[in-house]
Amino acid sequence: MDIFANLAIGFDVALSPFTLALAVAGCILGTMIGSLPGLGPSNGVAILIPLTFSFGLDATQALVLMTSVYYGAMYGGRISSILLNIPGDEPAMMTCLDGYPMAKAGRAGDALVLSGVASFVGALLATVGLMLLAPLLASVAYQFGPAEYFALYMLAFATLGGIGSNNQAKAALAVCIGLGIATIGVDASTGMTRFTGDNMHLFDGIDFLVAIVGLFAVSEVLVFIESHGKDSAIGVKLEKVRIPWGDIVRTKWTMLKATAIGFIAGLLPGAGASLGSFLAYMQEKSSVRDNSQFGKGDPRGIAAPEAGNNAAAGGALVPMLTLGVPGSGTTAVLLALLMTLNITPGPTLFNDRPEVVWGLIASLLIANVVLLVLNVPMVKMFSRVLQVSPAILLPGVTLVAFVGIYSLTGSYFDLLLMIGFGVLGYLLRKMDIPSVPVILGILLGGHMEVNLRRAMVLSDGDWTYLFSSGISVGLWIAAVLGFLAPFILRGKLKPPTQSS
Amino acid sequence: MTDRITGLIVVVLALAYFASATQLQEPFFSDPLGPKAFPMMIASVAVICGLVMIMKPDQEPEWPGLTTFMHIGIAVVALVFYAYTLKPLGFLVSTAIAGTAVSYLIEARAKNAVVTGVIFSGGLFLIFKFIFGLSLFALPRWLMG
Repeated sequence: MDIFANLAIGFDVALSPFTLALAVAGCILGTMIGSLPGLGPSNGVAILIPLTFSFGLDATQALVLMTSVYYGAMYGGRISSILLNIPGDEPAMMTCLDGYPMAKAGRAGDALVLSGVASFVGALLATVGLMLLAPLLASVAYQFGPAEYFALYMLAFATLGGIGSNNQAKAALAVCIGLGIATIGVDASTGMTRFTGDNMHLFDGIDFLVAIVGLFAVSEVLVFIESHGKDSAIGVKLEKVRIPWGDIVRTKWTMLKATAIGFIAGLLPGAGASLGSFLAYMQEKSSVRDNSQFGKGDPRGIAAPEAGNNAAAGGALVPMLTLGVPGSGTTAVLLALLMTLNITPGPTLFNDRPEVVWGLIASLLIANVVLLVLNVPMVKMFSRVLQVSPAILLPGVTLVAFVGIYSLTGSYFDLLLMIGFGVLGYLLRKMDIPSVPVILGILLGGHMEVNLRRAMVLSDGDWTYLFSSGISVGLWIAAVLGFLAPFILRGKLKPPTQSS
Repeated sequence: MTDRITGLIVVVLALAYFASATQLQEPFFSDPLGPKAFPMMIASVAVICGLVMIMKPDQEPEWPGLTTFMHIGIAVVALVFYAYTLKPLGFLVSTAIAGTAVSYLIEARAKNAVVTGVIFSGGLFLIFKFIFGLSLFALPRWLMG
């Protein structure tokens, strides 16, 4: 088996007319979702997942559609960063810093094209990286036993709580909330119910899609009601879009460096795209000789974070597919999709279901080309999407979320649960407690406990077994470092600001 | 203050969760760890997090005023109402009401909100029923016979 034979299988799947149509539709939908402020990749993918089931898509098709939406949203996030100075999603935050000043200086079109090309470079190279690295990692993952998996989950939670957040206690609390919710329902090892309060609806546990849609979509509606969807008028002029060849050629090394940094950040389980764009921007700013223009519309300040966050988006798929540990909020949602489709990500996926993995990779390569076309020559069309009023958009999000969950479970109890998660998500957001760890906890909690208990069965209750292999010790060390890093680096990692 | 209160609530809930975990029955044939240990570990970590939040609170979040809270409350009530009425009232009526309510709460323009609600209700019904093939009831069942 080599990569080309696998790719041939993949393109065979990806080029079937229906799959291709899904990829293109996903790209368009994704770019729209990404460009709308308040709708990002994670909530966009979350509300669409229930619909893929009612549409009767098979595993590959559902995954192709959703990852195209994911990539599309990562591309689209920059549009409102540049035109409104409001990031379309969290990873696009860094793009505001130089994108908006450049747009205000009358170069909105240039900024959009440059960032589109940077996104393309980052996403395409990261997809190639995924193609090369994922099979390698999958072969290492074969050596993972329960102790290693337990350590890996610890690493994911630790990096998410450490590097990925401002307050370790709050991030750890979020993980505990998620893990606690995961323990509700039948205990897989003994067959007894736990924490159900004898409520029949809870015997099967809480469906993670209900939690995800509640936390990501319904909470967003409540946030918008609070802000009354205030000003989203485009403050800059978008003239005829042309291609700024000069800037693109000048930033080629920036893009490549940022891609490498972003891809690695994406690989870290739990760290994700926001970290990728942040590190790429910081690295670029500190390494160039004259950085006085950063924050005032430096083209390098646009190319770096966009290449970085799109590369991280690709990188985040690696641990999700090979280890079943998502690297970001959106890949967590994608993991939920796979689990609902009864596909267990992990090393065996590469051997048992090559058409899923390679069909996905081939579709991503195609999606990138489609996205380049959508995001460079046709970007003006998507900038119109920004003018959709939240008073129209948010009711749509709510209703689609409701019908999606209802069609999936057919129970009003799950709808109530979803509303409950929406309120929880709103409160968490107000208190600056991240909600991604909650999702990750719900998703991984079951596996984490099963692996811990299996390890204890294997070792007959000896806890040192958890640290008995080189791989697990390495993972534990990385977990501790990932959690403690912010204490050490806090001063150095102050987010930069616009200087206009 | 918010963080301190939340921390306190977290500690209380985590202790309750811990206590309820100790009450779980160990089956006769169990693994060395059993069903209690993992929940007890989670509860312990959560207690620590709660204590840290009490001792080192963050800056006070910007809580919205009373009216905004009422709006959010109304939205939640409207959504709960939607969840309960989706089946008995049929898709069209319940969806139009929910859509109108959410739209009005975001931007208080009654006419626009009603139009948004009604168009979404009709449009989504057509899409879900005929493209996705969901079995939705357009109208209350007693009307459909």
